[in-house]
Amino acid sequence: MGNHVIEISDLTKKYGSYTAVDKLNLTLEKGEIFGLLGPNGAGKSTTILMLMGLSEPHSGKVQVCGINPERQPIEVKKKVGYLPEDIGFYEDLTGLENLVYTARLNGMSDEKAYEKATSLLARVGLAHEGDKKTGKYSRGMRQRLGLADVLVKTPEVIILDEPTLSIDPAGVKDFLELIVQLSREEGITVLFSSHHLHQVQQVCDRVGIFVKGKLLAQGNVNSLAKQLFSTSAYTIEAEIAPNGSQENLGTGDSQIQDLTNQIKSINGVEEVKSNGNKYIIEGNDDVSTEVAKTIVGSSLGLSMLRRKEYGLDDIYYRYFEGGNPDE
Amino acid sequence: MNKTAQENQFFGGAIWRTLFGSATLEKEKSDKAISPFRAMVQKEIADHIRSWRVIILMGIIVLTCVGSLYTALTNLDKLADQKNIENAFFFLKIFTVSDGTLPSFFVFVGFLGPLMGISLGFDAVNSEQNKGTLSRVLAQPVPRDYILNAKFAASTIIVSVLFFALSFLVMGAGLIAVGIPPTAEEFLRIIFYTLLSVVYVAFWLNLSILFSVRFKQTATSALAGIAVWLFFTVFYPLIVNIVTKAFKPSQYASEVSIYLYEKLKFSLMQVMPNELFSEATSTLLTPSMRNLGPLTMEQLHGTIPGPLPLGQSLLLVWPQLTGLIGVTILCFLVSYYLFMRREIRSR
Repeated sequence: MGNHVIEISDLTKKYGSYTAVDKLNLTLEKGEIFGLLGPNGAGKSTTILMLMGLSEPHSGKVQVCGINPERQPIEVKKKVGYLPEDIGFYEDLTGLENLVYTARLNGMSDEKAYEKATSLLARVGLAHEGDKKTGKYSRGMRQRLGLADVLVKTPEVIILDEPTLSIDPAGVKDFLELIVQLSREEGITVLFSSHHLHQVQQVCDRVGIFVKGKLLAQGNVNSLAKQLFSTSAYTIEAEIAPNGSQENLGTGDSQIQDLTNQIKSINGVEEVKSNGNKYIIEGNDDVSTEVAKTIVGSSLGLSMLRRKEYGLDDIYYRYFEGGNPDE
Repeated sequence: MNKTAQENQFFGGAIWRTLFGSATLEKEKSDKAISPFRAMVQKEIADHIRSWRVIILMGIIVLTCVGSLYTALTNLDKLADQKNIENAFFFLKIFTVSDGTLPSFFVFVGFLGPLMGISLGFDAVNSEQNKGTLSRVLAQPVPRDYILNAKFAASTIIVSVLFFALSFLVMGAGLIAVGIPPTAEEFLRIIFYTLLSVVYVAFWLNLSILFSVRFKQTATSALAGIAVWLFFTVFYPLIVNIVTKAFKPSQYASEVSIYLYEKLKFSLMQVMPNELFSEATSTLLTPSMRNLGPLTMEQLHGTIPGPLPLGQSLLLVWPQLTGLIGVTILCFLVSYYLFMRREIRSR
């Protein structure tokens, strides 16, 4: 229990008759980067607001660092840095002044505030832009300043709500690397919400898929694939090279039939589809070696064998594009 | 006045910071951490002083006051001839005299005060929400009410500094032009008058902060504030007139019914904050003013015409003052109710 930085149990939030978050259960370990992946309007931001005590849950319990944000929001806010979806700064103040203000709100003396703000600006790569008014910052710079702003209080947890929205790809890469670096170096737990699966896949240790207020699955990308594609977590594509010439094609056909049956009998193979020289083998375990052995052992030659891995892409589209599969 | 000294201290700090930027800030560094609330108030004051809005407001108010001061000073010599009792409070005349071309100082303040209060507060909360800074500030470990309190405190400090400066400037100008120093009582009356003006503006400020919490668009909340102001200055007296006309007793009615009628009219007018303010200020600045509502002949019987001492004048305006403070607190309460448990989305 001691290692659980964020604990959410049976959390529900309703807006009128609409249920934004529906009995959510989630725990985050110390130091991990957790990606909350979901389409727009899935309730990600609402969940985050409840973690920060900026919104009240309808029912259920939330504990952040062992503190209830509903009852003691100030204690939570001392430990948790929150980067809102579309962060705003006081535009007629410089980046440095904005950070210093945040530092002062966290009860730092002027001297410490300046030190901290300057070092953080350097850390996020804005050392030379500190004296520029934030009104003139670009989107990417604002987001990086936002990260610095979150780090001012030396948080134990950072919550990032769609932090990469509308930053260009190069900026996103830098930004994500920065987050990973921070988490690894300082042991900060990161909760990262996004609907960009590639970014989540890139940085997160664990991913939770969040649709219509419900957490459908969680785990690392591989185990997610296992959970979601229960029957076909592994797909192997194989191509055989028919030995012999066109004349004994008929025997080839029967050979192929034999092979199909042989492959089917391998432990762990669920389904085999053959299409001319191509096989698509779906299994619930990694059976590629057995399949290779079987094909090589048969009279037919193996010309290609490829294990197809499911990325978040497939998971994502399976859930968000292809409608909701039954649970 | 310990509090004012404190306020002046950080007000001064804020001006200093505004004028000389971050270069001096480096030197100003101290080991002592200031409380988050003070940091917020400082920032708000600095924001106000930098903003064009406050500069324009100050310009308007200073200009009109110079105008009314000028008319008052040119008309003072005429007043000095009249051998009436009020001449005992010659200095207060600077604040109340007018020749009809321009309203007097206190009328001007009564008119521009609401404008100032509304324009300082109408975008207090909703503009922060629209800029996305509200959720960032509320993600810091500060109690939520600090936002409302800091906004209110900062604007009130601005208003009080402005009004006290104006009052003292008018006094100084009067001193130079007339050559008669104010008596201690006159001085105190002016101080109380200025305090009362601050309370009055604080009410409008609070009302507009309430609107800024309630309405998402800054334009809507500004309009709502102005609507309330217009309603009370223009339409409400009209409505009271229409309503009371229905009850108007005939010329030959009994004294009691005439008295009751006047009483009703008076109490209906008391609902207006601007009426409360003008009654209170005119009582404070005109010591010969002995009463505010209607009086019967018996009550008047045997009174000696003469100015009231300061303590009595204060007693007379006490209900008005408490009324104003009460309405201010009511506005605060509603803003609290609306703001404290609201969900703060990022934009």
